Amino acid sequence: MGAAQSGPTEHEFQDIADRTGFSLEQIRNLNKRFKWLNNHQETLRREDFEKVLNLSRNPIRAQIIQAFFDKRNFGMNEVGLVEEIGFEEFLTVMSYFKPSNKKLTEDETEALRTKKLRFLFNMHDTDNDGTITLEEYRDLVEKLLSTCETLEQDTAKDIADAAMLEVARTTVVHMEPHEVYEGVTFEQFQQILKGLELETKMNVRFLQVNTTTMHCGK
Amino acid sequence: MPRRHLARSASCCKSFLGRRLVTVTLVVFLVGTVLPLGAASSPEITTRDVNGDHNQETPENKHNEHDSHNTSQKAFPVLSVDFKRIGQPFEISLWVLLASLMKLGFHMTPRVSSIVPESCLLIVVGLLVGGLIQLVGQKPPPLGPDLFFLCLLPPIILDAGYFLPIRPFTENVGTILIFAVVGTLWNIFFVGGLLYGICQLEGVHLGQVDLITCLLFGSIISAVDPVAVLAVFEEIHINELLHILVFGESLLNDAVTVVLYHLFEEYAGVGHVTPLDVLLGVVCFLVVSLGGILVGAIYGILAAFTSRFTSHTRVIEPLFVFLYSYMAYLSAEVFHLSGIMALIACGVVMRPYVEANISHKSHTTIKYFLKMWSSVSETLIFIFLGVSTVAGDHSWNWTFVTSTVILCLVSRVLGVVGLTFIINKFRIVKLTTKDQFIIAYGGLRGAIAFSLCYLLDKVHFPMRDMFLTAVITEIFFTVFVQGMTIRPLVDLLAVKKKQETKRSINEEIHTQFLDHLLTGIEDICGHYGHHHWKDKMNRFNKKYVKKCLIAGERSKEPQLIAFYHKMEMKHAIELVESGGGGGGGGYANVKMPCAMPSTVSMQNIQPKKQPERVLPQLPKGREEEIRKILRSNLQKTRQRLQSYNRHTLVVDPYEDGWNEILIKRKKVIELEKKITQMSNYLTVPAPPPDSPTMSRARLSSDPQAWSVKHDSDGVPSIQVDLASPQSPPDSVCIVNDLAKSSALSAGGTREEDGGLTMKPPSSLAVTAPKKEEKGGEQQEEGKEQQRLIRCLSDPGPSADEEEDEPFLP
Repeated sequence: MGAAQSGPTEHEFQDIADRTGFSLEQIRNLNKRFKWLNNHQETLRREDFEKVLNLSRNPIRAQIIQAFFDKRNFGMNEVGLVEEIGFEEFLTVMSYFKPSNKKLTEDETEALRTKKLRFLFNMHDTDNDGTITLEEYRDLVEKLLSTCETLEQDTAKDIADAAMLEVARTTVVHMEPHEVYEGVTFEQFQQILKGLELETKMNVRFLQVNTTTMHCGK
Repeated sequence: MPRRHLARSASCCKSFLGRRLVTVTLVVFLVGTVLPLGAASSPEITTRDVNGDHNQETPENKHNEHDSHNTSQKAFPVLSVDFKRIGQPFEISLWVLLASLMKLGFHMTPRVSSIVPESCLLIVVGLLVGGLIQLVGQKPPPLGPDLFFLCLLPPIILDAGYFLPIRPFTENVGTILIFAVVGTLWNIFFVGGLLYGICQLEGVHLGQVDLITCLLFGSIISAVDPVAVLAVFEEIHINELLHILVFGESLLNDAVTVVLYHLFEEYAGVGHVTPLDVLLGVVCFLVVSLGGILVGAIYGILAAFTSRFTSHTRVIEPLFVFLYSYMAYLSAEVFHLSGIMALIACGVVMRPYVEANISHKSHTTIKYFLKMWSSVSETLIFIFLGVSTVAGDHSWNWTFVTSTVILCLVSRVLGVVGLTFIINKFRIVKLTTKDQFIIAYGGLRGAIAFSLCYLLDKVHFPMRDMFLTAVITEIFFTVFVQGMTIRPLVDLLAVKKKQETKRSINEEIHTQFLDHLLTGIEDICGHYGHHHWKDKMNRFNKKYVKKCLIAGERSKEPQLIAFYHKMEMKHAIELVESGGGGGGGGYANVKMPCAMPSTVSMQNIQPKKQPERVLPQLPKGREEEIRKILRSNLQKTRQRLQSYNRHTLVVDPYEDGWNEILIKRKKVIELEKKITQMSNYLTVPAPPPDSPTMSRARLSSDPQAWSVKHDSDGVPSIQVDLASPQSPPDSVCIVNDLAKSSALSAGGTREEDGGLTMKPPSSLAVTAPKKEEKGGEQQEEGKEQQRLIRCLSDPGPSADEEEDEPFLP
């Protein structure tokens, strides 16, 4: 998958920059990191992520890594998983976390939010059936709580159940007794997380890799 | 004889004080009672009239009392008057009473309070009271700096610090700091410098004011005041970002003000400042601010550590919070460090640990005490501001006053616009023009400026009176003009308001998820940013600090679970409250996602995947866990059944005895057996918020809210023993009864996954399956609920303002 470029040139960088919206500096930084991750290979594999030490402490590392290899996140309308990704795919996934530089109109904000929400949704919807089922949700909560030494699977289940019920209650207006609530659809997901203002939260600064940057706020 | 002498002097004093006292009493009660009654009609006139009458009476009163004193000369004084002894506390209580009554009156006049901010009205009341005292011929008590800084200010700041929304604060701390430090510095030098220029102009006759004095004045007038900001911003419900920006600035600029104030005061006599002094000033600023934070943090940690051991003396638990914070404030003030920052730091540091340690009741107590103290303080401050305006020696200078007001506005606008231009380069969420406008416009000045100005020595600063007048004018201008217009402006500009909805569990889960996700992404691209360091801090906190400061099992409780439990509790309380506030059962049900039976939808979602399991043996290690699960599940049952025993719920579940839990478990197991024998019955999530059934039930139940009826099978009667809320056997019975009844009436299904999750049948009764036959039952529930609301009047955390409104006329 698009892993053709071996040592991208400035021209190619410019090309990618136009497509992903990253600045040249950011791309250069990320490229450096990409090279470091995969030992100057052309593609990045799952094992390469083990080099990131801090990631091993992350309770949801599996999902994060998975997201990099999920075709749905590459914007090609394809589904399934890939084994290795090139720099461009790496950047595409990263671009979900890119803060927007210019002022956005209402519609653009909405689109940005939908894009970010879709990314999150895809992370939860592991089997790509369009819904986050209860199993998936429970799994998620369990993972979130997995840093806790005293394992509390039941509590995790309770929380997932409560959350699921909350979704069902707020989104589904009426349900016949025999109907089965299959899981959270993307529309419901959008609705339930409307208050989170994801477009302002799901952002990472990509400037100055490996150094601390100045912060003035979110 | 000496005794009589004393008595006479006391009576003299009484005649002196008495008049004032009686007047004040009357004012208090009249204003207090007339204001709510008179609603929009101006209460001021009434008060004044009545007081005029009263003033004529007072001499007679005095006379009479003299007579009575004379007659009691010979015999043993059956009734003697010794006002002097109680004079001061009496006066203090009177003032507090006046303040409270004012607040009460204000909130009983919704029409007025929707137009005029409370602070304005209180200042007006203060002006009137001051004028009355003046009329009577007394000198009204001014707002002394000691009174202000040692008594009135700390509660407000502690309240702000303890309940500081940490997340938005830390996310925006850079912006806040820049506004607080650079912005305030800019204001000080801009206002001070230009004022000096104006003073030097011909024809102003203020040539004697030198630059340092002007800068001193600038440092007094420039700081945004937290009290005024809180008073106005709490009413306009602005969005969180703007609120925290303005409010955070007003808190943090204290250090700048303190340093520059002392610096300029010091050098005012000398007349010039060397570069070394500037350097020392910078060092001093760092010492004052960081020192304040350090002092606060130390006391905060001490408080957290103390609260670790209070599990057996719950009664005094809240006291530690107050005392340690006050000590932090005083200790900081000893060294002229920033007391405000110390208080904030103390509150912020202690809160997470203290809250994990103390009981739920203590938490409520702390919350209420803080809110009570801060609101009374705030009221007093504004009243005293009004009184002091009348009392003070004024020296009005048109040029100086108007230029102060104009310069303050201009410098604020320029400062905000200029700084946002720079800040926006670093922010992901840019501040829009509207935001800038609100930030600039929200820069209210208040009592801190007044007190600082009052502190100036008249010998060294002959212009003090003029300064005081200018400060008061500026305060009045900001509080009245800006405070009153900001609400219409917010509406006009359609600035985003605060979200009224409570945080849902989904949002909490995803906030956590997002935190981890962003940390992960930052790690992957090797960028050590905000999230990375936050994660590091959290880890450190969890690994070391929590173990030291939090007692027992709760130190290991992850945030999500803590949130979950907290929410369950909150919802239970809300259910009862919203039911009482006219919301009715249906509405409340919709509002509480997790108090409702998750089992229902579980059945709905995946009926097949819930095989019955044999209960496993109880390993020792899992007891804690089971305890927790049981607790939450039992709570669910109780809540669902209209929270009869909200009381036992509020009575800290963590304090429940182990025995009780064992008994409960047994009961639940029994129940479970019964229930599993019943037929499966698939149910649905709650009916829509205002389904006809629900509203009908609500309507019909309302008129007979007071009628007490126990004779329904479906709803067992419960005696809530207020005196001994913790009696375990009672609550067990209740749970049992409720559970049984619901099981019988609903004929519900069960799912038991995960061995020991004993989810009581619960849930099934209130929701849909019984929708048709439900009318009657709901009536019952409604009644029960309302009765209970009247018994139990303890709204939980953060249940204040929204819940208050339904009760207003």
